[in-house]
Amino acid sequence: MSRVFANPTNLFLLTALAMLAAFPWFGESFYVGLVVRIMILGILAMSLDLLIGYTGLVSFGHAAFFGLAGYLLAIVTPETGPVSIWYALPVCLGGAALAALVIGWFSVRTSGIYFIMITLAFAQMLYYFFNENMELGGSDGIFIFYKPSVAIGDFQILDLGDHTTFYYFVLVSLILVYALLRVILNAPFGQVLRGIKINEARTQALGFSTFRYKLASFVIAGTIGGYAGFLEATHNGIMSPDFLGWHKSGSIMMIVILGGIGTLWGAVVGAFAMVFLQDWFQELTTHWLLLMGGFVIFVVLFLPRGIAGLVESFSAFLTRAVSRASDKDAP
Amino acid sequence: MDLTSFLIQTMNGVQYGFLLFLVASGLTLVFGIMGIINLAHGAFYMFGAYLVFWLTNVSGNLFLGILLGLPVMLVIGFVIERFAISFLYNRDHLYQVLLTYGLILILNELQKILWGSDFYSVPIPDILKGSFPLTENQDYPVYRLFISFVCALVALGMYGLISRTKLGMMIRAGASDREMAQTLGIDIGRVFAIVFSFGAALAAFAGMIDAPVSSVYPGMGDQILIVSFVVVVIGGIGSIKGAFIGAMLIGLADTFGKVLMPDLASMAVYGTMALILMWRPQGLFGRA
Amino acid sequence: MSKSNTTRRRFLTGAAATVGAAAATSFIPTRFAIAAKAPVRVGILLPYSGTYAMLGNSITDAMKLRIAQAGGVMGGRAVEYIAIDSEMSVPKAAQNANKLISKENVDFLVGPVHSGIAAVMAKIVGQRKTPIMIVPNAGSNDVTGGLCAPNIFRTSFSNWQAAYPGGTLMAKEGHKTCATISWKYGAGIQMMAAGRESFAKAGGKSVKDILLPFPNVEFQAHLSEIAELKPDAVFAFFSGGGATKFLKDYAAAGLKDKIPLYGPGFLTEGVEKAAGAAAEGIKTTLHYASNLDNPANKAFRAAYKTSTGNDANVFSVQGYDAGSLMLQAMAAVNGDTGATADIIASMEGSVFLDSPRGVWRMSKAHNPIQDIYVRQVAGGEQKLLGVAAPALEDPATGCKAG
Repeated sequence: MSRVFANPTNLFLLTALAMLAAFPWFGESFYVGLVVRIMILGILAMSLDLLIGYTGLVSFGHAAFFGLAGYLLAIVTPETGPVSIWYALPVCLGGAALAALVIGWFSVRTSGIYFIMITLAFAQMLYYFFNENMELGGSDGIFIFYKPSVAIGDFQILDLGDHTTFYYFVLVSLILVYALLRVILNAPFGQVLRGIKINEARTQALGFSTFRYKLASFVIAGTIGGYAGFLEATHNGIMSPDFLGWHKSGSIMMIVILGGIGTLWGAVVGAFAMVFLQDWFQELTTHWLLLMGGFVIFVVLFLPRGIAGLVESFSAFLTRAVSRASDKDAP
Repeated sequence: MDLTSFLIQTMNGVQYGFLLFLVASGLTLVFGIMGIINLAHGAFYMFGAYLVFWLTNVSGNLFLGILLGLPVMLVIGFVIERFAISFLYNRDHLYQVLLTYGLILILNELQKILWGSDFYSVPIPDILKGSFPLTENQDYPVYRLFISFVCALVALGMYGLISRTKLGMMIRAGASDREMAQTLGIDIGRVFAIVFSFGAALAAFAGMIDAPVSSVYPGMGDQILIVSFVVVVIGGIGSIKGAFIGAMLIGLADTFGKVLMPDLASMAVYGTMALILMWRPQGLFGRA
Repeated sequence: MSKSNTTRRRFLTGAAATVGAAAATSFIPTRFAIAAKAPVRVGILLPYSGTYAMLGNSITDAMKLRIAQAGGVMGGRAVEYIAIDSEMSVPKAAQNANKLISKENVDFLVGPVHSGIAAVMAKIVGQRKTPIMIVPNAGSNDVTGGLCAPNIFRTSFSNWQAAYPGGTLMAKEGHKTCATISWKYGAGIQMMAAGRESFAKAGGKSVKDILLPFPNVEFQAHLSEIAELKPDAVFAFFSGGGATKFLKDYAAAGLKDKIPLYGPGFLTEGVEKAAGAAAEGIKTTLHYASNLDNPANKAFRAAYKTSTGNDANVFSVQGYDAGSLMLQAMAAVNGDTGATADIIASMEGSVFLDSPRGVWRMSKAHNPIQDIYVRQVAGGEQKLLGVAAPALEDPATGCKAG
């Protein structure tokens, strides 16, 4: 335990987590809702980080799974009352997983630019499917009138309609998704993924079917992305094709880079930074997109390791300083 | 559908295909030769359309507008390559995607600042104004034929440029082996700068020549960008020939998709892509 | 276009002064004395960026003009505007609306342009007692239909209203068959349905209904289809850049002189210059025409031109009347924003004698009962031909309040 605290990065993360856990006690209801949204975005960005940061698959269509799961919730929710989460969640996750399996099957056999383009094209295909399907509201979107019920028999376990309850539901989800991804990445499976990212040919030469590993990673990421979509649809009460569009995919990618790729927690930090930054820019000028575009280019050119890179450099600096100080004390 | 309308729809599809080729060829050139994925290509297309709107108003003539606008776009392309893209040649595609995504935001906003969020039209030059009858009640505008003609010329020109000239040779050398090209004394940095600004100008040229029929409006580049990507992926990244075949396929698939199965029209384009990729994951003429 | 300097956004800048939480303070006897000094908070959710920025600016400018003409006060209280750029984004709609409602505690919520956003806002606002929502554009039938609520009003039009008289007009001019063409989204589908409904009622028949994915503008294949089908007329709805391109393609294909084009007014509204000759002579129906001969319209157009430098359009009229609606109701309750029931009652009974679009009144479902005009493009301008449907009321299908 003490080793956990010795690392300044971990200290930073634990402090942030404690603040998140306490936030509903003092935050205004509007901000509580906003933080929920950011945490959902964080879950989505973490799932993309599994692909970009650990498997080396630059997916430009990740919003597809997010939006698809959201639409599935809208489809299974009747107009007259809530749907049971025990039914809705498996449908949403299963649908996202299935879509990821099909899209992944086509796309992970390619690499580089092809992979980027093909994931983009598939996401656009889904986008148009929902955009043109008038039964699902077309480009105007579709409502989810009731949040899923969490109950066993007649006994209600959680009321997701309650803002505080939902906040903690999402916070716990965030922690669990983080833990799950950590476990996956530390397992032998995760080691193979890292191997693929560094040198796919060599990993293959070692006897691993890289196709299967990449596909598995793609499906896991898609499923978690779908979970984020399920949460977003529950929170927002509406789904529209914009949730699957390529601008959405691009902005998630930006969040991952801004936070710092290959760290998982950076994706969550990136989500917070992005939302706050955008709001700040919008306050400064009506031409805020100009600032946003400039900022994106700045990050790409000068901050490729993102905020996590900064924190880790700072953390390493602190560790060095502390150890130097203790070295001096020692003799 | 009888034979006449089949022929007419085929003509519509081919014409759309020609225009797609013009946009996609610049994209595939930059992809193939520089290994750069340029999302801002659609924004260049839009910028071209706005430039020609502005310059046609100033000069009073579409052809003058295009002649004046192309150098502007070449310079813009050159500057963007030198000050942003050139830092990315050894970086992951991820960063290229993001940087050019940032460029889209900037170019879209600049367009709004320069020309507002209104939509405009560009007049067709007098000599190309007419139309000729196709059937008893449908005419075909001469200008649309002109677009196809110009696109075909550009296609031939590019083929000649790449396969016959010294610049083309340098370009091909740079694409297949960067280090080797450099040891042979080719300034690869300069070649890339030229290729990128040429690609930007091609996109802008497509926007310019299409402006009189498409009219000019914000966000017009977004739609064409994604379709062009599909064209490039189908044809095989980097292949001009592939871009041409891919553009024709998509032009026809889109046109007939609209007529025959209107509910799935935009899906038809992506369905075509999925089918082709199932068969050849690297596209029709792509190197694996 | 004028720069509306309205996107004042505050974010995590500490707890803002939250006056006017009407529901909570209504138990305090002195509330009115306190509230009277505080400004009325008007939240605005309209597009200020992207393709529809022109609409957002026109509405905002005209609404502010109306209130400025009344001395900048409503019911004796100053007015504070809190505007957010909707970015035409449905995903952000709930967040933006909640920000105005829960954080900024607005008394009135004006917006939006987009029907999808309207549905989101209506759903949120309809479940509450406050604020009062005023829709200055979005024409979705549902806003004053299935989603109607006591505190939701509209000063613009319903899609049904804008299109229904068009079908009648088409039949009246001797056409027996038509094809319809539009984008496949809420507004397009609702308008085409309304046009077909009245056309069928007058004995006509639609032989082909074409819907393009929004916002696709590749019309050529469909124009060839229409040419082959040879209907008597075509009923179409597109707007903005799409409308310009459609009109030009339609003319270039040689169809314009052979198969006359009709549609709701947005088909030609604001695109007369861009479309040029391709728009000449096309007849459309809408609740406004720029050369309407009434003093209120002339005065409004002059004042709007002076204050913004732009020519007024149908959107600015809708914004102007949103201002009038608030002014009338606030005057009726003497500036007491807590008296929600009285404000609603006043708005429900309101009759607009001085609107630039002519006299109109509010329906039970809170949608304007208004004259729909026939206009024709002549010399690059909309010329008023007459009234297509006097005092037309939306059927408000699905509205239980009506």
